[in-house]
Amino acid sequence: MEFNLGLGLFIFMLATFIGLEVIRKVSPLLHTPLMSLTNAISAISVVGAIMITGSQGASDLSKILGFIAITAVVTNIVSGFLITDRMVKMFKKREAKK
Amino acid sequence: MPGFVQYLYIISAGLFILSLKWMNHPDTSRRGVFAGEIGMLVAITGAFLAFDVHNWVWIIAAFFIGTAVGIPIAYIMPMTAVPQRTALSHACGALAAALVGTAEFYQRQANAATELHGFIMVALMIETLLGFLTFTGSLMAMGKLQEVLPQRPITYRNQNAVNFILFAIALGLAVRLILVPTDTFLFPFFVALSLLFGVLLIIPIGGADMPTVIAILNSYAGLSACAMGFALNNQLLVVAGALDGSSGLILSIIMCKAMNRSFTNVLFGAFGQIQTSSAKQEQRTVRSASPEEAASILESASSVIIVPGYGLAVAQAQHKIRELYDNLMKRGVDVKFAIHPVAGRMPGHMNVLLAEADIPYDRLVEMDEINGEFPQTDVALVIGANDVTNPKARTDKGSPIYGMPILDVDKARTVMVIKRSMNPGFAGIDNDLYYLDKTLMLFGDAKGFTSELLKELPARAAA
Repeated sequence: MEFNLGLGLFIFMLATFIGLEVIRKVSPLLHTPLMSLTNAISAISVVGAIMITGSQGASDLSKILGFIAITAVVTNIVSGFLITDRMVKMFKKREAKK
Repeated sequence: MPGFVQYLYIISAGLFILSLKWMNHPDTSRRGVFAGEIGMLVAITGAFLAFDVHNWVWIIAAFFIGTAVGIPIAYIMPMTAVPQRTALSHACGALAAALVGTAEFYQRQANAATELHGFIMVALMIETLLGFLTFTGSLMAMGKLQEVLPQRPITYRNQNAVNFILFAIALGLAVRLILVPTDTFLFPFFVALSLLFGVLLIIPIGGADMPTVIAILNSYAGLSACAMGFALNNQLLVVAGALDGSSGLILSIIMCKAMNRSFTNVLFGAFGQIQTSSAKQEQRTVRSASPEEAASILESASSVIIVPGYGLAVAQAQHKIRELYDNLMKRGVDVKFAIHPVAGRMPGHMNVLLAEADIPYDRLVEMDEINGEFPQTDVALVIGANDVTNPKARTDKGSPIYGMPILDVDKARTVMVIKRSMNPGFAGIDNDLYYLDKTLMLFGDAKGFTSELLKELPARAAA
């Protein structure tokens, strides 16, 4: 596909502003789970790692580096989402108490 | 790439944005996590359908190992260690981005003329620089948080100059590689410098600044994923990376504000170094009290604000504090918790620690909201917090923490401080709060003293 820098920058700019607006509204109560959630989301680099490892002409170097990369980000995805869920489950209102 | 994959990526990006949006309130946060998970699943599906995938053995093995490692991390990790885990996962994410960038660089050498020109090389260089730098930087941060590395800043002469020169060399190499991508022999040097720079960037930063550092590293990890998106021409990576980058940016700004510091000051200031000289050894007296006396004061109070600090978590006192909270609430005492933005070791850490102890989140009040309440409060009970309660931040222009927003604990009618000894905190600054006439020092460790306190508070709750 044709490399389109302008389009990329355009998307980057919009996504950054959406990110800033959305995250400013996150309650400080949840800043720790927020960070582990964004961390899991940024493990989207798994897509890039799959592209490198799975390409037809992948050299041995690419396969090894890609293998390590996928292992690292899958760890992030799994532990990131699970631990975030574990944390947000802890936040309870008073009524919820027995 | 088949056209419909692009649509999967769009759905995934939308889900990620919704996921972050739902994190704005505890009521919707679980839905947020769920949206994120689905988004990730859609994205991974898209990645597998996007092209004719080879080397399945490698990929499946990596997925298997990653899952096998990730699940125990998520469930075994105690909440006090969440900052370390976060640092570790920043390291993992950044390493992945850097390795993919490295693999791309060598892989594309065959068609360097068409695939490694101009902006792609710029993106690849940013991706690998930020990736490797964040990798070692996060490992250093993790070491400091885990206390295997010294908490105190490590400094040497001309530190900033040395760092600057190294960075300039790395930048020079990057520019050279961008102009002549076929100079592959330069690339390992560039990688080595990036790795080294990550270490040098973190060692002069003290333990007290770790919340800010983690947030900055979070931002870098996101930006390296974003750069990968540019290098691979994948918009989903650009969006997700930008979201992560802006999240880290906002959190680090909040942290800096909460400590009245600037970015440059955190990164290059080497906090916690110079203050020792200003310690004038004037003997001041403090009043101390026994658990018995403290209990009787709490008993007669009608409102109590508990000010927790990281010391509370170190002493594993959360659950004892919850018992104290229950006991007082049953007596009709209004108990709240005042949470300073930098309480704990990462943004929002203290809230998680207290929520884990089953303290309802509507009792956890932010600094700006609770500061107005201190003057009408009978007892402020400070547990394991220090610098964030120091009135010097308001009055003493010479103090290194001058200007830092603090909790106005000194305005409460009575102040009680549970503290092991009179040793100063992280920043190494004496706290004037302890010498006020209305302050009672309760010497002991947080957990032990709270247990004593509970024994003295008779169980005849709703009498």
